[in-house]
Amino acid sequence: MTANVTILIQEADFDIAREIAALTKGRTDIGAVVSFSGICRGSEGSGTIAALTLEHYPEMAEAEIARHAESAMSRWPLTGLTVIHRVGRIVPGENIVLVLTASMHRQAAFHAAEFLMDYLKADAPFWKREESADGTSWVDARHHDDAAAARWTKS
Amino acid sequence: MKVKYFAWVRERVGKAEETVEPPASVRTVDDLIAWLAKRGDAYAHAFETPRVIRAAIDHAHVKSDTMIAGAREIAFFPPMTGG
Repeated sequence: MTANVTILIQEADFDIAREIAALTKGRTDIGAVVSFSGICRGSEGSGTIAALTLEHYPEMAEAEIARHAESAMSRWPLTGLTVIHRVGRIVPGENIVLVLTASMHRQAAFHAAEFLMDYLKADAPFWKREESADGTSWVDARHHDDAAAARWTKS
Repeated sequence: MKVKYFAWVRERVGKAEETVEPPASVRTVDDLIAWLAKRGDAYAHAFETPRVIRAAIDHAHVKSDTMIAGAREIAFFPPMTGG
């Protein structure tokens, strides 16, 4: 069977159970699904976060995520994957991002999910602006996200 | 060529996109950043620290020494914070 790849960038929330069901529907060759969801925290260090607003570069985000989905499919024996990244205003407790990877065995699904998330954190064209009591500010990139993404390019 | 700006680069420049026609002496992404920075105070502020600015040509990440000849769309933005 062909791999089932879904990539969505949307303002709306997603339903994790429904997405897993869609990824596995009608298939008997899937032995493992790994699910990662990124959720908006209500604090950063000692500060309180009222909301995040996510800006993105639509054409590039779609092209880049598709390219990395293909890369994941070629690196690991996946039967399918789903990436959903939300944009717009998101309040603490709400979902931001979902990565699902499906495979016959768990190891490929774990590795591919981590690869896709490391890439999304470091190189996908999305930017978070944080709202707090002090006003709004752009979130600084974290060096450890770059390091996490870079380890996948080592042989 | 079309130039797009995102996040705080967009806010500092004061616009999301524009069409520019740099002279032939502007050959690389670095050259374009230096040329844009001279277009006024808003641009100077946006591009005051060129090493933190990331660039993409036609929707793909590029290094700052990449040649811009043939580019249809060049985007400038801060380090990404998605996921």
